Amino acid sequence: MADKLIEINHLKTSFRIGDDYYAAVDDVSLSLNKNEVLAIVGESGCGKSALAFSIMGLHNRAKIEGEILYRNYNLVDVDESTWSKLRGKNLGMIFQDPLTALNPLMTVGAQISEALFLHNRKLSNEERKAKVIELIEKVGIPRPEHVYMQYPHELSGGMRQRVVIAIAIANDPEVLIADEPTTALDATIQSQILDLIRELKESMNAGIVLITHDLGVVAEMADRVAVMYAGQIVEIVDVHRLFENPLHPYTRSLLNSIPNAEKGQEKLHVIQGIVPALQNLPREGCRFKDRIPWIDESAHETTPELHEVAPGHFVRCTCYKQFHFPNEMKEGQAHANS
Amino acid sequence: MPILKVENLKVHFPIKGGIFGRTVDYVKAVDGVSLEIEKGTTYGLVGESGSGKTTTGRAIIGLNKITSGKVYFEGKEVTNLRRSRASFHRDVQMIFQDPYSSLNPKKRVLDIVAEPLRNFEKMSRSEEKKRVEELLELVGLSPESIVKYPHQFSGGQRQRIGIARAIALKPKLIIADEPVSALDVSVQAQVLNFMQEIQKELDLTFLFISHDLGVIRHMCNQIGIMYRGRFVEEGLTEDIFNNPQHIYTKRLVAAIPNIDPSKREESLQFRKEVDHEYKQSYANYFDEDGLAYNLQPISETHFVALPEKG
Amino acid sequence: MWKFTVRRILIMIPQIILLSVLIFILAKMMPGDALSGLIDPNIDPDTIEEKREQLGLNDPWHIQYVNWVKDLFQGDLGMSFFYKMPVTELIGQRIVNTFWLGLATLILVYLIAVPLGIISGRYNNTWADQLITGYTYIGFATPTFIFGLVMLWIFGFYFGWFPTGGSVTPGLEPGTMEYVLSKINHLLLPAISLALIGTVSTVQYLRNEIIDVKQQDFILTARAKGAPESRVYNRHILRNSLLPIAAFFGYEIVGLIGGTIFIEMIFSYPGMGQLFMESIVARDYSVATSLVLLYGIATIIGTLLSDIILSIVDPRIRIK
Ligand SMILES: Nc1ncnc2c1ncn2[C@@H]1O[C@H](COP(=O)(O)OP(=O)(O)O)[C@@H](O)[C@H]1O
Ligand SMILES: Nc1ncnc2c1ncn2[C@@H]1O[C@H](COP(=O)(O)OP(=O)(O)O)[C@@H](O)[C@H]1O
Ligand SMILES: [Mg+2]
Ligand SMILES: [Mg+2]
Repeated sequence: MADKLIEINHLKTSFRIGDDYYAAVDDVSLSLNKNEVLAIVGESGCGKSALAFSIMGLHNRAKIEGEILYRNYNLVDVDESTWSKLRGKNLGMIFQDPLTALNPLMTVGAQISEALFLHNRKLSNEERKAKVIELIEKVGIPRPEHVYMQYPHELSGGMRQRVVIAIAIANDPEVLIADEPTTALDATIQSQILDLIRELKESMNAGIVLITHDLGVVAEMADRVAVMYAGQIVEIVDVHRLFENPLHPYTRSLLNSIPNAEKGQEKLHVIQGIVPALQNLPREGCRFKDRIPWIDESAHETTPELHEVAPGHFVRCTCYKQFHFPNEMKEGQAHANS
Repeated sequence: MPILKVENLKVHFPIKGGIFGRTVDYVKAVDGVSLEIEKGTTYGLVGESGSGKTTTGRAIIGLNKITSGKVYFEGKEVTNLRRSRASFHRDVQMIFQDPYSSLNPKKRVLDIVAEPLRNFEKMSRSEEKKRVEELLELVGLSPESIVKYPHQFSGGQRQRIGIARAIALKPKLIIADEPVSALDVSVQAQVLNFMQEIQKELDLTFLFISHDLGVIRHMCNQIGIMYRGRFVEEGLTEDIFNNPQHIYTKRLVAAIPNIDPSKREESLQFRKEVDHEYKQSYANYFDEDGLAYNLQPISETHFVALPEKG
Repeated sequence: MWKFTVRRILIMIPQIILLSVLIFILAKMMPGDALSGLIDPNIDPDTIEEKREQLGLNDPWHIQYVNWVKDLFQGDLGMSFFYKMPVTELIGQRIVNTFWLGLATLILVYLIAVPLGIISGRYNNTWADQLITGYTYIGFATPTFIFGLVMLWIFGFYFGWFPTGGSVTPGLEPGTMEYVLSKINHLLLPAISLALIGTVSTVQYLRNEIIDVKQQDFILTARAKGAPESRVYNRHILRNSLLPIAAFFGYEIVGLIGGTIFIEMIFSYPGMGQLFMESIVARDYSVATSLVLLYGIATIIGTLLSDIILSIVDPRIRIK
């Protein structure tokens, strides 16, 4: 497709623990299109941040294999000086915790200004300051001249996150990566920040990778969704279909575990067990198998792959075909009993 | 008779300032909260961070000093009780937000869960061990867990250890301060389900503090919405969600992400309207200091903070 | 910030009063008093008693204290019975020497600590870092006076590169170039010895600070802006780690005080420290207590300085 911004092929990001490397992102292939919001959703520890940091080249000591194609670069092996040109200019990032994402000893103005300065030395100081104030205004912070001179600790969490966003969009990046941008915020602030990101997207023409563990945020924001479990994509599908016809057992379990007023369910679904630690990830067979032990072993593939079950809808492993929740009976059995 | 009754509760923290560090002002963390909880029900306390939810909970149980107002438990006054009234401190327990820091990492699970037993009950070591094992089983942890340390458990399991400790003395009321806020959805589901189960089993009453309206709606019979230390609205869950009256409540409700992506535009539109109304009619809902008015009844069960008429 | 500074200075006042009371009591508890050093023990006891009365030594203690403080303010610290001269004058001669020694040491401490701390923090867990950390461990473990002795022996006596005592070659005319050079020459070896040991805590502190700042989230934000690694270090990591070091300055002075006492003894450097030791050995209590008072005040001012610097450099404190 011509309007692919980023194409990731067989990405594998591994961390060293003891003497061995363990993949936190394990054979992920994905693409981000222009003007789309691609949500990546999964419980904590599934490798979402590891994926985002790989795209931004922010990993310190990780082994990264595979391809991340952007323009004519393969981001997996560009040098530091190219990274300095791309980061902040073509690729912007919003972090999870606004309380720690800003330098406590620099004014808000200086921190946004730095983002402009690094990629445009032609601006005079006055021009740059004018631009910074415009940015502060653009992200919806009242009294921009005043805030320009303030320090981060003088602002609320919501306002700080707006500053982080101003830094990320300072140079109109083509790709914006937001790693749980609202997780640390209150509900009303969350909806304001999400609305802001949506607004900015309209004016910016950017592709956005939105990382979250909150399916509500996904429903509000995403065009397409990649569900991630244990370092792998288990389902990719457009957002409407995700909520109408989720297929992978993990996706369905996640959806069933959130309180949903419309369904008015008495009991929430509990996904058994936990996301295993990196060293303990099952590297063979269906990685979700252990958390749905009531499903027959034979339902799983030996080497689970992504299957295109409908145009643009991919599901990993075959177990989705026979999946049911423990309190539901399998279709076949229900018939047999009646 | 309500099991817990709070009357015009105020908790003010002094702000020290000036050259001599005198008290120059007060943080009115809780400033006139009244509520009643019926036995066996769950009362939800909602509000953005800093609105005074935690302080309310801590003041009720006696961890924060009450500036003024009264707290009654089973009809008896328990305001600012010292340790002397042991029965109140047995009957009311608290669960804390952070399953990572609320358990002492150097203690074994046995010692953590047995702590309230040791404080209030004379038990032999073997009785105590048996009781802890029962408790752990009740919260779905294996009895072998007693010799482990908190770091050997996942977040959800730790929160259940916290719950086991809280129910060790068979309390009547549990104040749960954001018990699932630090947890992933799947683990959250586990804890919420479990809380509902033990509620039925032990006929427990919950004061459930959360900033997540989805969770509150799922768990609670009755809800109080806090803003800067005061209630802006109180009512049954249906009242609050189907018929929110105060603009602040409406904003909270509008901010809940809609789980149906096809209604995205509508909910955005709704948020815009509410935001518009908030800006337009702010003065109708808040006094000159930006605080909520006193609650006025608009039905038997539903109260809203509006200026008094006339 | 002004409020903070004023409050901080106000807090200092009771500290100093408390210190002076303690020292006063200490002085009173010492055997003998201002008179014992002054007069011939063979004089008639009645005369002594008269003299005591005259000097107010029989007044109640609080009146004596007030008088003592009054004298302090007039620069009267009493008489040294050993040197038979006013303590103020005695200390006045020595304090200048100690000041220069302290200043030279401080400069050396930072000249050593900043580059070592930066290398160690930035390239932590490399061989360079291990080397530097090894040095700091040795520094922590070595007592100043032993290290001073070794230095004195090697560079003073064995190689003869530095003078082995005094603060200036006798006979030189003050104010001449030679005099100044001789002064510098005399304080160099004690200063280096003291700095090499005294700097290790600052090296460690800077190293830990850098390692800590390196891992903070805002460093990621800086990288994500496109800041090249050198800028991330200079603008964000270094700046943020050096500020606490600047604030440490006052405590550094406090730490040095103890060091100078030993070093001056070993190098027979005529400063306050040497005087202090001598006065203790000679039971010259009026000198010893005066010096304790001075050292105490220097300590209080040192911490005050640190707190004020911190409040200037850190906006989070500045506001309050
Ligand atoms: N620097 C690292 N070194 C070792 N393990 C790591 C590192 N960063 C992340 N991990 C591990 O990789 C897995 C994925 O982490 P992460 O990408 O942060 O998950 P998510 O963002 O989905 O919560 C987790 O098991 C985590 O513990
Ligand atoms: N011990 C305390 N001393 C001073 N102020 C406090 C203290 N505890 C809480 N506060 C203040 O009281 C207000 C309410 O806090 P809290 O009850 O924790 O709110 P919530 O739980 O709703 O987030 C906040 O402004 C908080 O800063
Ligand atoms: Mg993450
Ligand atoms: Mg709280």
